[in-house]
Amino acid sequence: MASRPEIQAPPEIFYNDVEARKYTSSSRIIEIQAKLSERAMELLALPDDGVPRLLLDIGCGSGLSGETLSENGHNWIGLDISPSMLDIALEREAEGDLLLGDMGQGLGLRPGVIDGAISISAVQWLCNADKSSHEPRLRLKAFFGSLYRCLARGARAVFQVYPESIAQRELILSSAMRAGFAGGVVVDYPHSSKSRKEYLVLSCGPPSVSSAVPSGKGEDGESASDDSSGDEDNRTVSISDRHRPKKKQKLNKRGKGREWVLRKKDQMRRKGNAVPPDSKYTARKRKSRF
Amino acid sequence: MRLLTHNMLSSNIKGVINGFPLGIVVEKVIEKPVEMNPDFLKNMFAKIEWKALVDASRSMGYTELPEQADSSMLDSVDFLQRFHHALLELHLEEGALVCPETGRKFPVNKGIPNMLLHEDEV
Ligand SMILES: C[S@@+](CC[C@H](N)C(=O)[O-])C[C@H]1O[C@@H](n2cnc3c(N)ncnc32)[C@H](O)[C@@H]1O
Repeated sequence: MASRPEIQAPPEIFYNDVEARKYTSSSRIIEIQAKLSERAMELLALPDDGVPRLLLDIGCGSGLSGETLSENGHNWIGLDISPSMLDIALEREAEGDLLLGDMGQGLGLRPGVIDGAISISAVQWLCNADKSSHEPRLRLKAFFGSLYRCLARGARAVFQVYPESIAQRELILSSAMRAGFAGGVVVDYPHSSKSRKEYLVLSCGPPSVSSAVPSGKGEDGESASDDSSGDEDNRTVSISDRHRPKKKQKLNKRGKGREWVLRKKDQMRRKGNAVPPDSKYTARKRKSRF
Repeated sequence: MRLLTHNMLSSNIKGVINGFPLGIVVEKVIEKPVEMNPDFLKNMFAKIEWKALVDASRSMGYTELPEQADSSMLDSVDFLQRFHHALLELHLEEGALVCPETGRKFPVNKGIPNMLLHEDEV
Protein backbone atom coordinates (compact mmCIF):
# COMPACT_ATOMS: atom_id res chain seq x y z
CA MET A 1 0.00 0.00 0.00
CA ALA A 2 1.25 3.47 -0.86
CA SER A 3 2.23 5.67 2.04
CA ARG A 4 -0.38 7.92 3.60
CA PRO A 5 -1.37 10.77 1.23
CA GLU A 6 -1.15 13.20 4.17
CA ILE A 7 2.61 12.84 4.36
CA GLN A 8 3.23 13.07 0.63
CA ALA A 9 2.10 16.64 -0.09
CA PRO A 10 -0.32 19.33 1.10
CA PRO A 11 -3.94 18.42 0.21
CA GLU A 12 -4.36 21.04 -2.51
CA ILE A 13 -1.21 19.70 -4.18
CA PHE A 14 -1.83 16.01 -3.56
CA TYR A 15 -5.39 16.23 -4.91
CA ASN A 16 -4.42 17.69 -8.28
CA ASP A 17 -6.43 17.16 -11.47
CA VAL A 18 -4.99 13.69 -12.06
CA GLU A 19 -5.37 12.43 -8.51
CA ALA A 20 -8.87 13.97 -8.13
CA ARG A 21 -10.07 12.14 -11.23
CA LYS A 22 -8.39 8.90 -10.22
CA TYR A 23 -10.00 9.14 -6.78
CA THR A 24 -13.47 9.72 -8.15
CA SER A 25 -13.28 7.12 -10.95
CA SER A 26 -12.50 4.26 -8.61
CA SER A 27 -15.67 2.29 -7.94
CA ARG A 28 -13.96 0.88 -4.84
CA ILE A 29 -13.41 4.37 -3.41
CA ILE A 30 -16.92 5.48 -4.34
CA GLU A 31 -18.33 2.53 -2.48
CA ILE A 32 -16.15 2.96 0.59
CA GLN A 33 -16.88 6.70 0.85
CA ALA A 34 -20.61 6.06 0.48
CA LYS A 35 -20.51 3.50 3.30
CA LEU A 36 -18.52 5.80 5.58
CA SER A 37 -20.92 8.64 4.85
CA GLU A 38 -23.97 6.47 5.53
CA ARG A 39 -22.55 5.50 8.88
CA ALA A 40 -21.70 9.14 9.66
CA MET A 41 -25.31 10.11 8.85
CA GLU A 42 -26.51 7.42 11.21
CA LEU A 43 -24.25 8.70 13.99
CA LEU A 44 -25.43 12.24 13.30
CA ALA A 45 -28.80 11.06 14.61
CA LEU A 46 -30.89 13.82 13.07
CA PRO A 47 -34.51 13.91 14.17
CA ASP A 48 -36.52 11.41 12.19
CA ASP A 49 -39.24 13.85 11.18
CA GLY A 50 -38.81 13.98 7.43
CA VAL A 51 -37.63 17.61 7.45
CA PRO A 52 -34.55 18.27 5.30
CA ARG A 53 -31.76 19.92 7.28
CA LEU A 54 -28.89 22.26 6.39
CA LEU A 55 -25.67 20.30 6.84
CA LEU A 56 -21.97 20.90 6.31
CA ASP A 57 -19.60 18.54 4.55
CA ILE A 58 -16.07 19.47 5.59
CA GLY A 59 -13.41 18.35 3.14
CA CYS A 60 -16.20 17.49 0.70
CA GLY A 61 -13.77 16.72 -2.12
CA SER A 62 -15.45 15.60 -5.33
CA GLY A 63 -18.82 15.32 -3.63
CA LEU A 64 -18.91 11.59 -2.89
CA SER A 65 -19.84 12.09 0.78
CA GLY A 66 -22.25 14.88 -0.14
CA GLU A 67 -24.13 12.52 -2.42
CA THR A 68 -25.15 10.56 0.64
CA LEU A 69 -26.46 13.75 2.25
CA SER A 70 -28.48 14.55 -0.89
CA GLU A 71 -29.79 11.00 -1.09
CA ASN A 72 -31.08 11.42 2.43
CA GLY A 73 -32.90 14.54 1.28
CA HIS A 74 -30.75 17.19 3.00
CA ASN A 75 -29.31 20.47 1.80
CA TRP A 76 -25.60 20.90 2.32
CA ILE A 77 -22.66 23.22 1.99
CA GLY A 78 -19.32 21.61 1.17
CA LEU A 79 -15.89 23.06 1.88
CA ASP A 80 -12.66 21.85 0.33
CA ILE A 81 -9.18 23.16 -0.21
CA SER A 82 -8.55 21.36 -3.50
CA PRO A 83 -9.82 23.16 -6.62
CA SER A 84 -9.35 19.97 -8.65
CA MET A 85 -11.60 17.98 -6.33
CA LEU A 86 -14.23 20.74 -6.46
CA ASP A 87 -14.06 20.77 -10.27
CA ILE A 88 -15.03 17.12 -10.30
CA ALA A 89 -17.82 17.83 -7.83
CA LEU A 90 -19.15 20.39 -10.35
CA GLU A 91 -18.83 17.89 -13.16
CA ARG A 92 -20.86 15.39 -11.13
CA GLU A 93 -23.45 18.11 -10.46
CA ALA A 94 -23.14 17.91 -6.70
CA GLU A 95 -26.37 19.25 -5.25
CA GLY A 96 -24.75 21.11 -2.36
CA ASP A 97 -23.09 24.51 -2.63
CA LEU A 98 -19.32 24.31 -2.80
CA LEU A 99 -16.78 26.58 -1.17
CA LEU A 100 -13.06 26.70 -1.79
CA GLY A 101 -11.60 27.10 1.67
CA ASP A 102 -9.21 25.81 4.29
CA MET A 103 -10.85 24.40 7.40
CA GLY A 104 -7.67 25.21 9.33
CA GLN A 105 -8.41 28.91 8.81
CA GLY A 106 -11.76 28.51 10.55
CA LEU A 107 -15.22 28.47 8.97
CA GLY A 108 -16.75 31.83 8.10
CA LEU A 109 -20.34 31.01 9.00
CA ARG A 110 -22.91 32.79 11.14
CA PRO A 111 -23.48 31.45 14.68
CA GLY A 112 -26.01 28.70 15.31
CA VAL A 113 -27.27 28.22 11.74
CA ILE A 114 -26.03 24.74 10.81
CA ASP A 115 -28.04 21.64 11.78
CA GLY A 116 -25.18 19.14 11.63
CA ALA A 117 -21.78 18.48 10.07
CA ILE A 118 -19.98 15.51 8.66
CA SER A 119 -16.42 15.12 7.51
CA ILE A 120 -15.25 11.96 5.80
CA SER A 121 -11.56 11.07 5.62
CA ALA A 122 -10.38 14.67 5.88
CA VAL A 123 -9.69 16.04 9.37
CA GLN A 124 -6.43 14.11 9.87
CA TRP A 125 -4.97 16.45 7.24
CA LEU A 126 -5.07 19.22 9.82
CA CYS A 127 -2.43 17.49 11.92
CA ASN A 128 0.26 18.28 9.34
CA ALA A 129 2.19 21.50 9.12
CA ASP A 130 2.34 22.04 5.36
CA LYS A 131 3.65 25.56 5.52
CA SER A 132 6.03 27.26 7.90
CA SER A 133 3.08 29.33 9.10
CA HIS A 134 1.10 26.21 9.97
CA GLU A 135 0.80 25.24 13.59
CA PRO A 136 -1.50 22.18 13.78
CA ARG A 137 -2.72 23.01 17.27
CA LEU A 138 -3.78 26.49 16.24
CA ARG A 139 -5.39 25.27 13.03
CA LEU A 140 -7.35 22.62 14.91
CA LYS A 141 -8.39 25.26 17.41
CA ALA A 142 -9.57 27.65 14.69
CA PHE A 143 -11.45 24.84 12.99
CA PHE A 144 -13.24 23.36 16.00
CA GLY A 145 -13.92 26.77 17.54
CA SER A 146 -15.60 28.06 14.39
CA LEU A 147 -17.47 24.80 13.87
CA TYR A 148 -18.82 24.92 17.41
CA ARG A 149 -20.07 28.46 16.88
CA CYS A 150 -21.88 27.84 13.60
CA LEU A 151 -23.69 24.71 14.79
CA ALA A 152 -27.15 25.00 16.31
CA ARG A 153 -27.30 24.06 19.99
CA GLY A 154 -27.69 20.32 20.36
CA ALA A 155 -26.40 19.68 16.82
CA ARG A 156 -23.84 17.00 16.17
CA ALA A 157 -20.71 16.76 14.10
CA VAL A 158 -19.41 13.37 12.97
CA PHE A 159 -15.93 12.97 11.56
CA GLN A 160 -14.62 9.78 10.10
CA VAL A 161 -10.86 10.10 10.52
CA TYR A 162 -7.70 8.18 9.79
CA PRO A 163 -5.38 9.33 12.57
CA GLU A 164 -1.79 8.30 12.00
CA SER A 165 -1.17 7.52 15.66
CA ILE A 166 -2.71 7.56 19.09
CA ALA A 167 -1.11 10.94 19.66
CA GLN A 168 -2.84 12.32 16.59
CA ARG A 169 -6.22 11.02 17.69
CA GLU A 170 -5.64 12.59 21.11
CA LEU A 171 -4.66 15.89 19.53
CA ILE A 172 -7.82 16.01 17.42
CA LEU A 173 -10.10 14.94 20.24
CA SER A 174 -8.64 17.31 22.83
CA SER A 175 -8.91 20.23 20.40
CA ALA A 176 -12.59 19.41 19.94
CA MET A 177 -13.20 19.19 23.68
CA ARG A 178 -11.42 22.46 24.30
CA ALA A 179 -13.74 24.13 21.78
CA GLY A 180 -16.67 23.03 23.94
CA PHE A 181 -17.78 19.84 22.21
CA ALA A 182 -18.87 16.80 24.17
CA GLY A 183 -18.49 13.31 22.78
CA GLY A 184 -15.83 10.83 21.91
CA VAL A 185 -14.58 8.24 19.47
CA VAL A 186 -16.70 5.43 18.05
CA VAL A 187 -14.71 2.54 16.61
CA ASP A 188 -16.43 0.15 14.23
CA TYR A 189 -14.93 -3.32 13.87
CA PRO A 190 -12.01 -2.56 16.21
CA HIS A 191 -10.64 -6.08 15.84
CA SER A 192 -10.43 -6.08 12.08
CA SER A 193 -7.42 -4.37 10.56
CA LYS A 194 -9.31 -4.09 7.27
CA SER A 195 -12.76 -2.92 8.37
CA ARG A 196 -11.70 -0.89 11.40
CA LYS A 197 -13.07 2.65 11.12
CA GLU A 198 -12.98 5.55 13.55
CA TYR A 199 -15.58 8.25 13.98
CA LEU A 200 -15.43 11.27 16.21
CA VAL A 201 -18.96 11.91 17.40
CA LEU A 202 -19.25 15.41 18.83
CA SER A 203 -22.19 17.31 20.13
CA CYS A 204 -22.63 20.93 20.69
CA GLY A 205 -24.07 22.37 23.85
CA PRO A 206 -24.33 21.13 27.42
CA PRO A 207 -23.73 17.41 27.88
CA SER A 208 -26.97 15.45 27.92
CA VAL A 209 -28.08 11.91 27.44
CA SER A 210 -28.12 12.45 23.70
CA SER A 211 -24.43 13.39 23.78
CA ALA A 212 -23.50 9.95 25.12
CA VAL A 213 -21.20 8.33 22.61
CA PRO A 214 -22.87 5.46 20.76
CA SER A 215 -20.98 2.20 20.65
CA GLY A 216 -19.19 0.93 17.59
CA LYS A 217 -20.22 -1.88 15.33
CA GLY A 218 -18.67 -5.30 15.79
CA GLU A 219 -17.06 -4.45 19.10
CA ASP A 220 -17.23 -8.06 20.25
CA GLY A 221 -14.86 -8.92 17.46
CA GLU A 222 -17.44 -11.08 15.73
CA SER A 223 -18.24 -10.87 12.05
CA ALA A 224 -18.24 -7.51 10.32
CA SER A 225 -21.98 -7.71 9.82
CA ASP A 226 -22.58 -8.00 13.55
CA ASP A 227 -24.16 -4.83 14.83
CA SER A 228 -23.79 -4.38 18.56
CA SER A 229 -24.91 -0.77 18.47
CA GLY A 230 -28.58 -1.62 18.12
CA ASP A 231 -29.59 -1.15 21.74
CA GLU A 232 -27.68 2.04 22.22
CA ASP A 233 -29.10 3.53 19.04
CA ASN A 234 -32.62 2.69 20.04
CA ARG A 235 -32.15 4.26 23.41
CA THR A 236 -30.86 7.50 21.94
CA VAL A 237 -33.61 7.64 19.38
CA SER A 238 -36.38 7.00 21.85
CA ILE A 239 -35.21 9.93 23.95
CA SER A 240 -35.29 12.40 21.10
CA ASP A 241 -38.60 10.83 20.15
CA ARG A 242 -40.39 12.78 22.84
CA HIS A 243 -39.51 16.05 21.26
CA ARG A 244 -40.63 15.32 17.81
CA PRO A 245 -44.03 15.66 16.22
CA LYS A 246 -46.14 12.56 16.04
CA LYS A 247 -46.43 12.62 12.30
CA LYS A 248 -43.64 10.57 10.81
CA GLN A 249 -42.90 11.29 7.27
CA LYS A 250 -40.08 9.85 5.24
CA LEU A 251 -37.66 12.02 3.39
CA ASN A 252 -37.21 11.73 -0.27
CA LYS A 253 -40.59 10.43 -1.30
CA ARG A 254 -39.54 9.67 -4.82
CA GLY A 255 -40.04 13.32 -5.83
CA LYS A 256 -41.00 14.56 -9.23
CA GLY A 257 -37.71 13.37 -10.64
CA ARG A 258 -35.67 14.02 -13.74
CA GLU A 259 -38.58 14.61 -16.12
CA TRP A 260 -39.85 17.44 -13.96
CA VAL A 261 -36.43 19.06 -13.65
CA LEU A 262 -35.76 18.89 -17.38
CA ARG A 263 -39.17 20.40 -18.17
CA LYS A 264 -38.73 23.13 -15.58
CA LYS A 265 -35.27 23.95 -16.93
CA ASP A 266 -36.77 24.26 -20.39
CA GLN A 267 -39.45 26.65 -19.16
CA MET A 268 -36.81 28.79 -17.48
CA ARG A 269 -34.71 28.81 -20.65
CA ARG A 270 -37.71 29.94 -22.67
CA LYS A 271 -38.18 32.80 -20.24
CA GLY A 272 -34.68 33.82 -21.28
CA ASN A 273 -32.95 32.83 -18.05
CA ALA A 274 -29.46 31.42 -17.94
CA VAL A 275 -29.89 27.73 -17.14
CA PRO A 276 -27.07 25.17 -17.19
CA PRO A 277 -27.13 22.43 -19.85
CA ASP A 278 -28.49 18.98 -19.03
CA SER A 279 -26.19 16.01 -18.51
CA LYS A 280 -26.36 12.44 -17.29
CA TYR A 281 -25.96 13.76 -13.74
CA THR A 282 -28.93 16.12 -13.93
CA ALA A 283 -31.48 15.05 -11.31
CA ARG A 284 -30.11 11.54 -11.46
CA LYS A 285 -32.13 8.86 -9.77
CA ARG A 286 -31.61 8.66 -6.07
CA LYS A 287 -31.43 5.35 -4.39
CA SER A 288 -34.77 4.72 -2.80
CA ARG A 289 -33.78 3.94 0.70
CA PHE A 290 -37.06 3.67 2.53
CA MET B 1 -23.64 29.44 -4.87
CA ARG B 2 -27.22 29.82 -3.75
CA LEU B 3 -28.47 32.63 -1.55
CA LEU B 4 -29.08 30.04 1.17
CA THR B 5 -25.31 29.78 1.47
CA HIS B 6 -24.80 33.51 1.08
CA ASN B 7 -27.14 34.04 4.01
CA MET B 8 -24.95 31.84 6.22
CA LEU B 9 -21.51 33.06 5.11
CA SER B 10 -19.63 35.71 6.94
CA SER B 11 -16.15 37.13 6.46
CA ASN B 12 -13.70 35.64 8.93
CA ILE B 13 -10.73 37.80 8.15
CA LYS B 14 -8.71 38.40 11.29
CA GLY B 15 -9.87 41.53 13.11
CA VAL B 16 -13.21 41.81 11.30
CA ILE B 17 -16.00 42.20 13.84
CA ASN B 18 -19.09 42.17 11.70
CA GLY B 19 -18.45 40.13 8.57
CA PHE B 20 -22.12 39.77 7.60
CA PRO B 21 -23.62 40.11 5.11
CA LEU B 22 -21.09 39.81 2.36
CA GLY B 23 -21.70 42.17 -0.52
CA ILE B 24 -22.37 40.62 -3.92
CA VAL B 25 -20.74 41.61 -7.19
CA VAL B 26 -22.72 39.99 -9.96
CA GLU B 27 -21.21 39.04 -13.29
CA LYS B 28 -23.42 36.09 -14.07
CA VAL B 29 -26.49 34.62 -12.41
CA ILE B 30 -27.96 31.28 -13.39
CA GLU B 31 -31.14 29.53 -12.35
CA LYS B 32 -31.53 25.88 -11.51
CA PRO B 33 -35.00 24.58 -10.78
CA VAL B 34 -35.40 22.45 -7.67
CA GLU B 35 -38.50 21.07 -6.07
CA MET B 36 -39.94 23.11 -3.27
CA ASN B 37 -39.99 21.58 0.20
CA PRO B 38 -42.25 23.65 2.49
CA ASP B 39 -40.96 21.84 5.60
CA PHE B 40 -37.41 22.86 4.83
CA LEU B 41 -38.42 26.46 4.20
CA LYS B 42 -40.43 26.63 7.41
CA ASN B 43 -37.56 25.18 9.37
CA MET B 44 -35.00 27.52 7.79
CA PHE B 45 -37.06 30.66 8.05
CA ALA B 46 -36.13 31.35 11.68
CA LYS B 47 -32.44 31.22 10.79
CA ILE B 48 -32.60 33.47 7.76
CA GLU B 49 -31.50 37.08 8.01
CA TRP B 50 -34.37 38.43 5.96
CA LYS B 51 -33.01 41.79 4.98
CA ALA B 52 -29.78 40.22 3.75
CA LEU B 53 -31.82 37.82 1.62
CA VAL B 54 -33.96 40.59 0.16
CA ASP B 55 -30.91 42.70 -0.68
CA ALA B 56 -28.99 39.75 -2.09
CA SER B 57 -31.89 38.64 -4.28
CA ARG B 58 -32.27 42.22 -5.59
CA SER B 59 -28.64 42.36 -6.53
CA MET B 60 -29.22 39.11 -8.41
CA GLY B 61 -32.13 40.69 -10.29
CA TYR B 62 -35.01 39.16 -8.35
CA THR B 63 -37.32 41.70 -6.79
CA GLU B 64 -40.33 39.65 -5.72
CA LEU B 65 -39.50 39.20 -2.03
CA PRO B 66 -41.44 41.34 0.44
CA GLU B 67 -39.35 43.89 2.33
CA GLN B 68 -40.41 42.36 5.62
CA ALA B 69 -41.47 38.86 6.52
CA ASP B 70 -42.75 37.07 9.59
CA SER B 71 -43.54 33.45 10.25
CA SER B 72 -47.28 33.88 9.67
CA MET B 73 -46.49 34.34 5.97
CA LEU B 74 -45.25 30.76 5.79
CA ASP B 75 -48.87 29.68 5.36
CA SER B 76 -49.02 31.36 1.99
CA VAL B 77 -47.99 29.22 -0.96
CA ASP B 78 -47.25 32.32 -2.96
CA PHE B 79 -44.82 33.52 -0.29
CA LEU B 80 -43.21 30.09 -0.02
CA GLN B 81 -42.65 30.00 -3.77
CA ARG B 82 -40.88 33.34 -3.78
CA PHE B 83 -38.84 32.43 -0.72
CA HIS B 84 -37.92 29.10 -2.33
CA HIS B 85 -36.91 30.70 -5.60
CA ALA B 86 -34.71 33.33 -3.93
CA LEU B 87 -33.12 30.93 -1.49
CA LEU B 88 -32.53 27.84 -3.61
CA GLU B 89 -32.91 28.49 -7.33
CA LEU B 90 -30.79 31.57 -7.99
CA HIS B 91 -27.08 30.89 -8.24
CA LEU B 92 -24.25 33.38 -8.34
CA GLU B 93 -22.18 31.77 -11.08
CA GLU B 94 -19.51 34.43 -11.65
CA GLY B 95 -18.70 37.50 -9.59
CA ALA B 96 -17.45 38.12 -6.09
CA LEU B 97 -18.42 38.34 -2.45
CA VAL B 98 -17.22 41.41 -0.59
CA CYS B 99 -16.27 41.69 3.07
CA PRO B 100 -18.50 44.46 4.49
CA GLU B 101 -15.76 45.78 6.77
CA THR B 102 -12.59 45.60 4.71
CA GLY B 103 -13.92 45.56 1.16
CA ARG B 104 -11.78 42.48 0.47
CA LYS B 105 -13.20 40.54 -2.49
CA PHE B 106 -13.68 36.79 -2.51
CA PRO B 107 -13.92 35.81 -6.17
CA VAL B 108 -16.69 33.46 -7.31
CA ASN B 109 -15.86 31.27 -10.31
CA LYS B 110 -18.04 28.53 -11.76
CA GLY B 111 -20.35 29.09 -8.80
CA ILE B 112 -17.63 28.44 -6.21
CA PRO B 113 -16.63 31.26 -3.85
CA ASN B 114 -12.93 31.27 -3.08
CA MET B 115 -12.90 31.87 0.68
CA LEU B 116 -9.20 31.09 1.16
CA LEU B 117 -7.55 33.74 3.31
CA HIS B 118 -4.11 35.19 2.73
CA GLU B 119 -1.62 34.44 5.45
CA ASP B 120 -1.86 37.90 6.96
CA GLU B 121 -5.66 37.59 7.19
CA VAL B 122 -5.63 34.51 9.43
C1 LIG C 1 -9.93 11.56 1.11
S1 LIG C 1 -10.68 13.05 0.52
C2 LIG C 1 -12.36 12.81 1.02
C3 LIG C 1 -13.35 13.61 0.20
C4 LIG C 1 -14.81 13.35 0.48
N1 LIG C 1 -15.17 13.70 1.85
C5 LIG C 1 -15.17 11.90 0.21
O1 LIG C 1 -15.69 11.24 1.11
O2 LIG C 1 -14.95 11.44 -0.90
C6 LIG C 1 -10.08 14.27 1.66
C7 LIG C 1 -10.42 15.70 1.27
O3 LIG C 1 -10.07 16.58 2.32
C8 LIG C 1 -9.66 17.81 1.74
N2 LIG C 1 -8.89 18.60 2.69
C9 LIG C 1 -7.70 18.30 3.24
N3 LIG C 1 -7.27 19.30 4.04
C10 LIG C 1 -8.23 20.28 3.98
C11 LIG C 1 -8.36 21.56 4.58
N4 LIG C 1 -7.42 22.05 5.36
N5 LIG C 1 -9.48 22.27 4.32
C12 LIG C 1 -10.44 21.78 3.50
N6 LIG C 1 -10.36 20.58 2.91
C13 LIG C 1 -9.26 19.83 3.14
C14 LIG C 1 -8.86 17.35 0.54
O4 LIG C 1 -8.69 18.37 -0.41
C15 LIG C 1 -9.70 16.18 0.03
O5 LIG C 1 -10.62 16.57 -0.95
